[in-house]
Amino acid sequence: MASAPCPTCSIFPRHVCRRRSRRRLASTSGATLIDALLSASAAGITELLSPYPPGWGGALLVGLLHSIEIALGATCLGLLIGTGGAYGKLYGGPVVRDLLAVYTTIVRAVPELVLILLLYYAGTDLINQALTAMGYQRVDVSGLAAGIAVLGFVQGAYSTEVIRGAILAIPQGQIEAARAYGMSPGLMLRRITLPSMLPFAIPGLANLWLIATKDTALLAVVGFYELALATRQAAGVTKAYFTFFFAAGVLYLLLSLFSNLIIGRVETWSRRGMPSLKEAR
Amino acid sequence: MANEAAIINVVARTSLWLQPHRIVLILIALGLVLSAAFFMRWDWLPQYYEMGLIGIWRSLWILAVTCVLGFLLAVPLGLAQAAGPFWFAAPAKVFCTVIRGTPLLIQLWLLYYGLGSLFPQYPWIRESWMWPYLRQAWPYGVLALTLSFAGYEGEVMRGAFAGVPKGQLEAARAFGMSRWKAFRRIWLPQAIYRALPTLTGETVLQLKSTPLVATISVIDIFAVSSKVRQDTYLTYEPLLLLALIYMTITGILVFALGRIEARIPNKIG
Repeated sequence: MASAPCPTCSIFPRHVCRRRSRRRLASTSGATLIDALLSASAAGITELLSPYPPGWGGALLVGLLHSIEIALGATCLGLLIGTGGAYGKLYGGPVVRDLLAVYTTIVRAVPELVLILLLYYAGTDLINQALTAMGYQRVDVSGLAAGIAVLGFVQGAYSTEVIRGAILAIPQGQIEAARAYGMSPGLMLRRITLPSMLPFAIPGLANLWLIATKDTALLAVVGFYELALATRQAAGVTKAYFTFFFAAGVLYLLLSLFSNLIIGRVETWSRRGMPSLKEAR
Repeated sequence: MANEAAIINVVARTSLWLQPHRIVLILIALGLVLSAAFFMRWDWLPQYYEMGLIGIWRSLWILAVTCVLGFLLAVPLGLAQAAGPFWFAAPAKVFCTVIRGTPLLIQLWLLYYGLGSLFPQYPWIRESWMWPYLRQAWPYGVLALTLSFAGYEGEVMRGAFAGVPKGQLEAARAFGMSRWKAFRRIWLPQAIYRALPTLTGETVLQLKSTPLVATISVIDIFAVSSKVRQDTYLTYEPLLLLALIYMTITGILVFALGRIEARIPNKIG
């Protein structure tokens, strides 16, 4: 469980929130304010952002690392849920299909921020209740695991739709041929369905990966230490709000651009042997 | 007779949809909702009812304003990328990439905490007419959400503008329309028709982004639920109600935008 929310902004946990200090900053008279800002700018932006202790660059980089870890974990979990969900939606019984429809509809209709709060509290609560019921001690669920589970659950709903569409786009003859050769469903999944749906799924999944990297920022609200929260803390301590949020924006942007580069490579790789997009048109 | 046929049709469709397993599922869902209503604590509702309504109103208002302003901004962004010369297209492309490549939360905080902490340095800003607005939180929230919507929708509009067949524009010019009139009567409407299906999705996404303004102390419906949680020490009840409210708004939005979409001629090209 996160600690009690801050009384001023009522959103962030108390130890995280810097809003009170900003209020004070805004209400003091101009002269002291300018002094405060000047001292911050005199310290020098390079010094503030340097990776070694007086600077906060190291903290930001650790935060970025945590963000990437969560995004990777959440995407992998989302892919697992999505593959299972897509199979359930396409080949499952009527009850499974309806339940999956409810899952994807609800997750896609409720803001991620609300889902994260709800799943975070409900998840940790359920685990602890189950543990106490079985006679174990209560545990503190690690932020990383909770973050991955929550974001993965959200990603799963979106991946379900992407993968379902991609499986439907596979030429039917390929699946029939696989059946005709007597492949078991597991073998067919591994050898035929997954590889041949990949070119159709990659654009959508790439989009989901980009969304996942950006959604990690929302975990700052439940107090998990990642790039957005690291930035907030650094900015709150040094009062150099603009510098730090700008730096965080640049880091996120670099991550997105780098991802785009990799995605482009993966896309050409997954489409090898197929007519190129231009010819297909 | 036609009326009867329509009724039979509706009944047939309903019975097709309402299969036995669905009835069981609906009963289970009803049971869950009823048990939530009876066994959870809802005695705080009357006290926060009014605040909640104001919060919902504020969320909807922010959604409407940012979508409209964002779309107005997206049209020139899309046009610049689709048909503009390099010095128009490049900045528009950079803008869209930056907006789409960074989290909205960071953009919001950069504007509110970052820019907001720089403004008081300049006496002329503090003496200008804008100062009373710049000291509040909502202009930053509206600005950030507008820019975000414009960034995402600008990319969509680029595709939509580029997708309108060249022949249509040439025909308009051949009829002697001026460039502006051809844009207003031919190019823009067709581009908007093409962009409409994605517009529904984008609007829902925008609705799901509005709770972020609560992190810069705008009291929307999300902030109201946070306040209830903090005042009453209840965890689930306010969040569940909040999720229900957002689902209802999403449902209404999808339905209404679907109706608008159905009215528009779908034969394009």
